[in-house]
Order: sequence, then C-alpha cells, then structure tokens
Amino acid sequence: MTAFSLDIALFAAKLGMVFFVILTLAAYLVFAERKILAWVQDRKGPNRVGPFGLLQPLADLIKLLTKEDFVPAAADRWLFYLAPAMAAIPAILIFAVIPFGAPLTIAGRQLPLVVADLNVGLLFFLALSSIAVYGVAIGGWASNSKYSLLGGIRGLAQLISYELSMGLSLVPVVMLSRSFSLTDIVAAQASMPFIVYQPLAFIIFLISITAECKRIPFDLPEAEGELVAGFHSEYSGMRFGLFFVGEYINIIVLGGLATTFFLGGWHGPLLPPVIWFSLKTLAFAFFFIWMRGTLPRLRYDQLMHLGWKLLTPLALVNILATGWWLVLTR
Amino acid sequence: MIEQTIFYILAATAVIATLLAITEKHPVHAILYLVTSLFSMAVIFYLLMAPLVAAFEVILYAGAIMVLFLFVIMMLDLGHPEKGLSPGWREWLPALALSGISIASLAVAVVSRHATAGAYPVALPIREVALRLFREHGLAVELVSLQLLFALVGALYLGRQRTPSPGLRPPSPSGRGTGGEES
Repeated sequence: MTAFSLDIALFAAKLGMVFFVILTLAAYLVFAERKILAWVQDRKGPNRVGPFGLLQPLADLIKLLTKEDFVPAAADRWLFYLAPAMAAIPAILIFAVIPFGAPLTIAGRQLPLVVADLNVGLLFFLALSSIAVYGVAIGGWASNSKYSLLGGIRGLAQLISYELSMGLSLVPVVMLSRSFSLTDIVAAQASMPFIVYQPLAFIIFLISITAECKRIPFDLPEAEGELVAGFHSEYSGMRFGLFFVGEYINIIVLGGLATTFFLGGWHGPLLPPVIWFSLKTLAFAFFFIWMRGTLPRLRYDQLMHLGWKLLTPLALVNILATGWWLVLTR
Repeated sequence: MIEQTIFYILAATAVIATLLAITEKHPVHAILYLVTSLFSMAVIFYLLMAPLVAAFEVILYAGAIMVLFLFVIMMLDLGHPEKGLSPGWREWLPALALSGISIASLAVAVVSRHATAGAYPVALPIREVALRLFREHGLAVELVSLQLLFALVGALYLGRQRTPSPGLRPPSPSGRGTGGEES
C-alpha cells in the first residue's frame, strides 16, 4: 500500500512540476518576446517593473484579472465563456506525451520523465492539435462581430490546411523509429538526431507548426492591420489572457515536439538531459520570436498555396523517398 | 471499479450529448454536442484497450469532419435557428420505430449473453494491428484508398475553373466575351 501511495505521490509531484514550469515559462515567454522584439527594433522594452522589468508578467496578470469581464451584446454567452478554455486546454494536454528527460531513479524505483507514455503518443498530439481548432473558431463565432467571425473562419481554414502537412511530415519519423510512442522516438535518436536524415521533413514540420500556433508570418486569424485582433477582438481581461497564454503554451509545446521528433529529444553530451531538452525547446521559442521580428505577414492566397501546393506534395514525395531509402539500405 | 465508473459517466455523456445534438435547433450548438459525443466515444474506445481507434476517432471525426461542418456553417452564416421547421410526428415515427428495433435487439443480445460476461478486452499491440491490416487485408486497404482518390479527383473536376478567373475581369459591355471561351 505504501509503495502504491509513493507512486501516486511521485506522479502528483511530477504533474505539479510540469504545470508550474509550463505556466511560468509561458508567462515569461511573453516577457522574453517583448524584450527580444525591442532588441530587434532597437528599443529598450519593458524595464520598469522590478529589476530589468522581470516582474512585468506579474503586473500584467494583476492587470488582466482586475479588468472588466466584458461580453458583447447578442454574443453566444456560454460559448463565449468556453472558447478560451477550448483553445488553451488542448495545448497544455499535448505536453503529457512529451518525454522531457532521461528516466530518474528515486527510492529504488524508476520515474520516467514523461507524464504519460502512450503507445499512440504521436496520434494523441495530432488529435489534440485538431481539437484546438474549436477554440479559435468558436471564439470568433460566439463574439457576434464581423471581425471576430472573419478571424475565426481564417483560423479554421488555416489550421485544417496545415494540419495535413504537419501530419505528413511526421510519417518519415515514424518510419525511421518504427513507433508512435514519443519515448521510443527519442530512444531511436540516441546516436543521431533525425534532422540529419530528414532535413526536408524538419523544415516542413517547422513551417507547419508556425502556422499551427498562428505566429507571424502566419498570423492571419488575428491580423491586426485588417481584423482589429481577429478572433479575440471582443475578449477582455483574463479571458483574453487565456487565449494569449494558450498561444505561448502552444509555442513551448510545439517547440518541445520539434525537439522530440527531429533534434533527438533530451539526448546530448555533457549537460544533464532536462537541461538539453529545455535548451532545444527554448531555441525554438527564440526562433519563433526572431521570425516575428523579421518577416511580414503572408497574404491569404499565398498561405493557402504554400500549404496545399508546396508543403503537402513535398511531404508526400518525402515519404515516398524515405520508403525507397529504407527498402534499399536495410 | 474505477474503469467501470468512468465508463458509465462517458456512456451517459455520449447518449445525452447525442440526444441534444439531434434536438438542438442551433447548428453550431448541435455540432459541439456531436463533438462531445464523439470525444466520449473515443475515450470509451481507449478504455476498451483500443488506443488506435480512439486516436482515429478524434483525428478523423471530431478533428476533421466536424471542423469542416463548422467551417461550412460559419461560411454560410447559418447561425440563426430557423423557427417552425421542426419535424412533426409523421416524420418522427419511422425514426422512432427503427431506433426502437435496434435498441430492442441490443437489449435482447445483452440479456442472452449475460452468462458469459467477463470476456475482458485484450490489448493488441499497434504493430500487430498494422501487420494484420496490411498483410491480410492489403487488397481491401488499396481499394478503399483508390476510392478516396476517385472522390478527390471527382471533387477537383467538379470544382475546376471553367474560365480563367472570370471574377477578376470587369464585365465588358461590347460583348467581347465575359468569360474566356478563347478556343
């Protein structure tokens, strides 16, 4: 009985730690983004609250919590309330299948550093990322505003289109590792990360996840220049905050997935595994922010052409080539 | 014990959500109820040790087909529920009769197999499912994929542009051709 309760306690500790780290990291990613963008644009960025502006996320949180919780007239009240949660929950749930370190040994028992090692982990990620569409679409629709509706429809079309190339770019990874489990995929990259064998799949995956988390140059659902703020135009206070934090959780989670699928996960020399995983994931987060400071937004038809006419066929050809290569070499 | 409790909660959710999806007049709400129902079905499949089916249920039905439904409804702006179009008893009766027959046959099946309860599902490794699917039923898989390809080509054919983007051209009053029948 004590062994069982020890297992439960270890699991609860792991879960609590994951939640705490991801949510804190998401809040500080907002801060990092503002600082890095300021640096790109030769400004100072937030530097008033605390040393170097480090308490800015806390100040933002207090501001968002004390704002009026506004619901537009004739909005679909319940769906309007639910939509931010529908956007943020799938993002944080995906992290459940990502292995973020080598298994630890505590009190004589192995503690795998992954919340749930599903044998369909990769499909779990694809399923949840396709569910995350509803938050954007329903949020845009329930606001009863034309800008929000347009943002929601754009988000819907964009996410369906890029899900396809994202899923197809992961097929070679499954072919190489012969497993859907993310732990097995990381184990298969112990000697060589898959980016070496699959540079094309990596690039397709990177572009697709940028579109999946609606970052510049793919931020059409919330294009400030045309749609005010797109699907979350009508949101205020912490409901807006949940959409916002959900986006940054998404960046962390998708960066972690790119690390797991192509950069060898937590494998790396000298440093401890958890540090390697965090470094690689944060490098992706930095890349997303850097891209925001550099690239202009795509036009809507360019977005659709890139997804359907370039990335998806390329991913299919890549799958075929990987199949030939595997048959000829093994 | 815990699994049984979870199963009953999920089953109740699925049945209630499906009923609401049928009776709800608002199309967007109906879709969300249907998604809820499909989601609880997926978790039931997971409880029955079929994680692959659970994942596909969410990816294909909740994540792709329902999203397309939602997309069409939002594009056409069908957001306003139509009054006075609810079916009367004449329309309900065949549906009620058919579902009564299927529920009754299910009840008979459950009651007659009561003695053999305890056949618990066995987890099948994904590798084995894949091998069996592609080795033993390879031809069927190929046929189904060909059929999907036909549907795709058909959709492309129906949706093709007959004239080189007539929407971009201003209509010419002189009658030199509003479309592009240059041949």
